[in-house]
Amino acid sequence: MNKINSIRKDWSLIETLIAEDRKILDIGCGDGGLMEQLENNRNAITHGIELNRDLAANAIARGFNVVHGNAELDLSQYSNNSFDYVILSQTLQAMMKPKDILSELLRIGSKAIVSFPNFGHWKIRLQLLISGRMPVTESLPYTWYDTPNIHFFTIKDFLNLCNEMNIVIEKSIGLTSKGKQFDISESITGVNFFTHEAIFLLSYKNFEPIKIKSSKKVFAKNSVIAN
Amino acid sequence: MKTKFTTDTKLESEIAYFQNINLKLESGDIIDSFKLAFKTYGKLNPDKTNAILVCHALTGDQYVAGNNPITGREGWWSRMVGPNKPIDTNKFFVICSNVLGGCAGSTGPKELQNGSDIAYGGNFPSVTIKDMVKAQSLLIENLNIEKLFSVIGGSMGAMQALQWAIDFPDKILNIIHIAGALKHSAQNIAFHEVGRQAIMSDPIWKNGKYFENNEVPERGLSVARMIAHITYLSENAMHRKFGRKLQSRDIISFGFDADFQVESYLRYQGKSFVERFDANSYLYLTRAMDYFDHDETFRKNIEFSHNPNNHLKYLIVSFTSDWLFPTIESKMIVNQLNSLSREVSFLEIDTDKGHDSFLLEEPQLDDVIKGFLTNNFAKIDE
Repeated sequence: MNKINSIRKDWSLIETLIAEDRKILDIGCGDGGLMEQLENNRNAITHGIELNRDLAANAIARGFNVVHGNAELDLSQYSNNSFDYVILSQTLQAMMKPKDILSELLRIGSKAIVSFPNFGHWKIRLQLLISGRMPVTESLPYTWYDTPNIHFFTIKDFLNLCNEMNIVIEKSIGLTSKGKQFDISESITGVNFFTHEAIFLLSYKNFEPIKIKSSKKVFAKNSVIAN
Repeated sequence: MKTKFTTDTKLESEIAYFQNINLKLESGDIIDSFKLAFKTYGKLNPDKTNAILVCHALTGDQYVAGNNPITGREGWWSRMVGPNKPIDTNKFFVICSNVLGGCAGSTGPKELQNGSDIAYGGNFPSVTIKDMVKAQSLLIENLNIEKLFSVIGGSMGAMQALQWAIDFPDKILNIIHIAGALKHSAQNIAFHEVGRQAIMSDPIWKNGKYFENNEVPERGLSVARMIAHITYLSENAMHRKFGRKLQSRDIISFGFDADFQVESYLRYQGKSFVERFDANSYLYLTRAMDYFDHDETFRKNIEFSHNPNNHLKYLIVSFTSDWLFPTIESKMIVNQLNSLSREVSFLEIDTDKGHDSFLLEEPQLDDVIKGFLTNNFAKIDE
């Protein structure tokens, strides 16, 4: 799979996780390709944030609501629960503080969709085992000293983190390097070995909402207990 | 209340007279009658959905495109507005009016007081950005346009665009806000004050009554312009343009002539400004900018407004080298809009041309303005 194909594949899988008529924030939205797809196929209302100036300009010129900015600094401006879905496609491994980003995604959105390349794939393990050097693969094509990917993690690592953060995995899709698709939760053995790329639909564990009644309005808030 | 439209052939402008309208200003003062000089470009479509109001900056005027009869030069944004330009007059009906308090035909300190043959001068009431926008809204109403497709402006024009979003969100669909801010900063007020002091300490100014002797406080006004002009550029742009190059000489003079090109350039800017701008108007308009402050109020205004404003789309643009209205100021607007889940796009354009970038060749600015307008217009046209 080349990079473009892999991203398109990623997008079409993300699309399957999204219901109609929802409000979506795409983090690292590029020139708005995924936003366009979701507007057309899911009748979504989309917002995006993009670090690269030229890509952001392109997306704005194409008519999308895109803010030129840095997800690691600028997510705090969005209000709690202001989106139905927040999407982070193939960038979590490039974040300075992946854990903080993950909790931001689920603060802003009711659900988050995260996709990433699995560092536990057998090819990567084999490369490191045999050559003794940092692996370079199709989905992680950079040398160690010149890579945007600064946090490598495997599916197992990710599942552990989600567990620690009280995050529920609602759906999970794995892709093999040949592009074969399977449900990560159902195929227990060898998942971490064969999954090339993974896509997760996440939400917080549902706690009983606290309802505060005033004379006219009902205020509800999902209280989430931090560790 | 009666509104009358005429054409001023000398000014090559349309003039709208608002008679006995008793316009109440933010200061509490009332102007019983006033006029606005304006230009239009392109054609209003039958559904009246393609009108765009362009708001000019501090020393701008209604001559956005085409010929400016006052300067004899091209309009101030003719690279942006016109047939097949980013703000395409084949498609859009573009309106630009000289602001209230201005000096290109609208009521301002240079104009005669109602029912007398002396000019307002220093008797002109203090005007604010809100007052300017109120006057513009009356113009739009009297042109029988119910809804503007867009309000676009840079610098003081951006302040007006933002004020439109606050005061008349139900009369507009989107705004393009370039190189502006929620408030005029302390540093900006400081620069304006130096400019005003330059004018007021010119002995010819005479408390704003210089016109009585047919004189102009040229020195004061040109110094004010020279100071302001520095703030519109950036250090890099100045260095690129002038460096330490000498003007019409090979060696320095050991005197106070304009040895350096940058000095000669500033003197020229000051001198040519005096020929086209009124000193009192400069005092009033700089003050209007100083008073602009939505730092605390913008979010509340947008969130709790009686006028529905959920539909509004915002395009906010800033420039990396603009130190007068730096990116951080634009980002404050973006942050507040995003925190309210409003439809906002923001771009910081990389350039060394400073605050003036919005008037200059910046292909990315053209692209986003053209794309934003075209795509959003296509959506309402569906």
